[in-house]
Amino acid sequence: MIRLENLTKLYGSFVAVDDISLHVPRGVLYGCLGPNGAGKTTTLRMIAGILRPTQGRVLLGGDDIHEKPLVAKQRLGFIPDRPFVYDKLTGAEFLRFVAGLYGQEGDSVERRITELLEVFELTSWKDELIEAYSHGMRQKLIISSALIHRPECIVVDEPMVGLDPKAARLLKDIFRQFVQKGGTVLMSTHTLEVAEAMCDQIAILQHGKIVAAGTMAELRSQHQADASLEELFLKLTGGVHARALAEVLGP
Amino acid sequence: MKQPSLRHVLQPKWRTALQRLREERSGGAGKLVVLTVVGLLFWLAVFGVLYRMLKYFRGVEELGPLLAGKLLGLALLSFVSILILSNVITALSSFFLAKDLDLIVSAPVEWLRIYLAKLGETLLHSSWMVALMTVPIIAAYGVIYQGGVLFYGYALLALVPLLVLPAVAGSAVTLILVNVFPARRTRDLLSIIALGAAGGVILLFRVIRPEQLARPEGFRNLLDFITLLRAPTSPFLPSEWASRAIMNYLRDIPDPLPIFLLWTTAAAFVVFGALLHRGLFAQGYTKAQEGAERFVRGVFWRWTVGNLLRPLPVAKREFVLKDIKLFFRDTTQWSQLILLAVLVVVYIYNIKALPLFRGEQIPFFYVTLVSFLNLGLSGFVLASIAARFIFPAVSLEGRQMWLLRSSPLDLRALLWSKYWVGTVPLLVLALLLTGLTNILLQATPFMMVVNLSTICALTLAISALALGFGALYPQFETENAAQIPTSFGGLVFMMATIVLLAAVIGVLAGPVMAYVQAVNARQPVRIDAWMVGAFVVAAALCAAATVIPLRIGLRKMESFEF
Repeated sequence: MIRLENLTKLYGSFVAVDDISLHVPRGVLYGCLGPNGAGKTTTLRMIAGILRPTQGRVLLGGDDIHEKPLVAKQRLGFIPDRPFVYDKLTGAEFLRFVAGLYGQEGDSVERRITELLEVFELTSWKDELIEAYSHGMRQKLIISSALIHRPECIVVDEPMVGLDPKAARLLKDIFRQFVQKGGTVLMSTHTLEVAEAMCDQIAILQHGKIVAAGTMAELRSQHQADASLEELFLKLTGGVHARALAEVLGP
Repeated sequence: MKQPSLRHVLQPKWRTALQRLREERSGGAGKLVVLTVVGLLFWLAVFGVLYRMLKYFRGVEELGPLLAGKLLGLALLSFVSILILSNVITALSSFFLAKDLDLIVSAPVEWLRIYLAKLGETLLHSSWMVALMTVPIIAAYGVIYQGGVLFYGYALLALVPLLVLPAVAGSAVTLILVNVFPARRTRDLLSIIALGAAGGVILLFRVIRPEQLARPEGFRNLLDFITLLRAPTSPFLPSEWASRAIMNYLRDIPDPLPIFLLWTTAAAFVVFGALLHRGLFAQGYTKAQEGAERFVRGVFWRWTVGNLLRPLPVAKREFVLKDIKLFFRDTTQWSQLILLAVLVVVYIYNIKALPLFRGEQIPFFYVTLVSFLNLGLSGFVLASIAARFIFPAVSLEGRQMWLLRSSPLDLRALLWSKYWVGTVPLLVLALLLTGLTNILLQATPFMMVVNLSTICALTLAISALALGFGALYPQFETENAAQIPTSFGGLVFMMATIVLLAAVIGVLAGPVMAYVQAVNARQPVRIDAWMVGAFVVAAALCAAATVIPLRIGLRKMESFEF
């Protein structure tokens, strides 16, 4: 469903993403892990068609996102890490606007808006200007907007940031059900427990490169048997010594 | 505990400003050269006009220094009025809405330091333009009255408190308002009040017809005139003290009282401002965190504009609807319309006040000339409006560009929506402005057709230039839309528009002259190949100025990365 071929992104001389190739099949929840600055967000934004790769290409359902953007993007729902939306629209208006961007309108859209706002417990806020929404509510609204046009795949950057435990649980359930119904999710996260519990496959990024990829079982067998994802992650990306931390945190 | 210095508290601000300056410099020498040249030209123009006036005053015995003093007093008074308004609005951002406030307020920083740091920030932000404006004025006074090098230091001594006083007063007004209303509501309220006040002042100034004051027959005798000039506008106005201080120095009159009054009043103001801040800031800051919750149904736009746009594809229709809603729900945006309406009224009033149809018959030539050159002026007014409303359109999408770029929305559709949302109202205004002024000028049908069709083509081009340059020089980081037109890109857009206006008027001047000559010679107007050619060239110029900027803007938007 999502295929990255030799994807590279340079910012001046800085290599943010370095020759990444990856295939996320249909019906899979794929996790993208890595320390801060590893290139996760840049990769996801290239997949969403927001950034242009310096080299390589992104295929969504077989279509290049930059050569056939309108076809490829129709399949995609993107959820960014920072919830910037139009403050002077109401929640319902924002969802209607996003549906319009995907060429959808009419009663089916109205029903979908009601349905999504209900699921995310935003119904009582639907006619309120977004400027009055909290960070978590904005995040829920953006997640709703990514689902409004019934995408085939969702690309999501740090989905749990700002969500309360109930909404976080709801999102996990939504993603799992979405995948069970044949959808595809590619998400980046720092929450290793979430990745370990939810993802079918995981890629770990370091300095813009994929340093490990596969199912949890494959990762364990590649590196060290019975290790947790956290231990694997720290081993691959360079962990922090507990002693040094204790010295820093001491009174 | 040792308190951080004011410099340290303001560090994020000045470091950001320095970094921006560095980025601007690395952006190429061209930008710096254009800005410097335009700035210098403006200074020179102000200096030149004032130099001539003061030179004339200097030549007039007795009355000269009085007139010069009065002029300075009036200039400083208008600066103080502008500064109070601008400080009230700036203080709202710097004291209550700035992003760094959470950090500063939660840190163990003394209230007085926060006050002084934020007061300094407010003062700098709201006064830099006025301060720059005083440079050629003071220079002209210094040169004409041979004040010497020390004069400029003395003038600075007189002008600094004049900047401090409005900053303290403006901040205090904001502090009180925020304690009464939530900060976001206060911002809405202030933008309406400020623009309404500015519009009122312009209207009042125009309606009293200051040009009549220049006519000596308006005064019964010279004594009345001198008495009026000798009397200060008000002995309690700091602008009067500053103007007296400066004029006394230039006329070698030893009088330290004005300077003393300025500095002691400024000091007292700062003390009172600080006390007010101590008493009210904490409560006001808490209130400022309240959101401006508003329950909106938005049915009106859907029923009216939505139904009107029904034939359009859904993406374009939703985009236009979204843009209209955002505009009318943002008070800081639509309130600019007040000022715009005032400017249009003043413009039409000026045309009406032209002494073309009084007394003797004015030759047909002048009426045609004025109605034709009016195109340039109308074009300039339209360009200023486009700079304010169309130029920022792309920049304002910046933070939401993730949504637009990740959706299958064609960027051409986005640009199309932005273009027509801006162009249609501008076109209506252009036709009204030109049509009305031509009726007032009693222009002939030929001139009416030429003017209306030219202004239509020019409006289409001006909108495209505004949108194109707006995409070429986007300001994604600016939160305040009002600041976007004053950026470098805004300046380049205005310059490009002036070039286009000059070119089109230049090309059309030939056919219009031929028409005037034919009418004067009582011959039929001959529409020959040369005349048609000129109209085609003018149309081609406008078409090129429409298509090329939109194409460049689209290409630039396709390369945006977020």
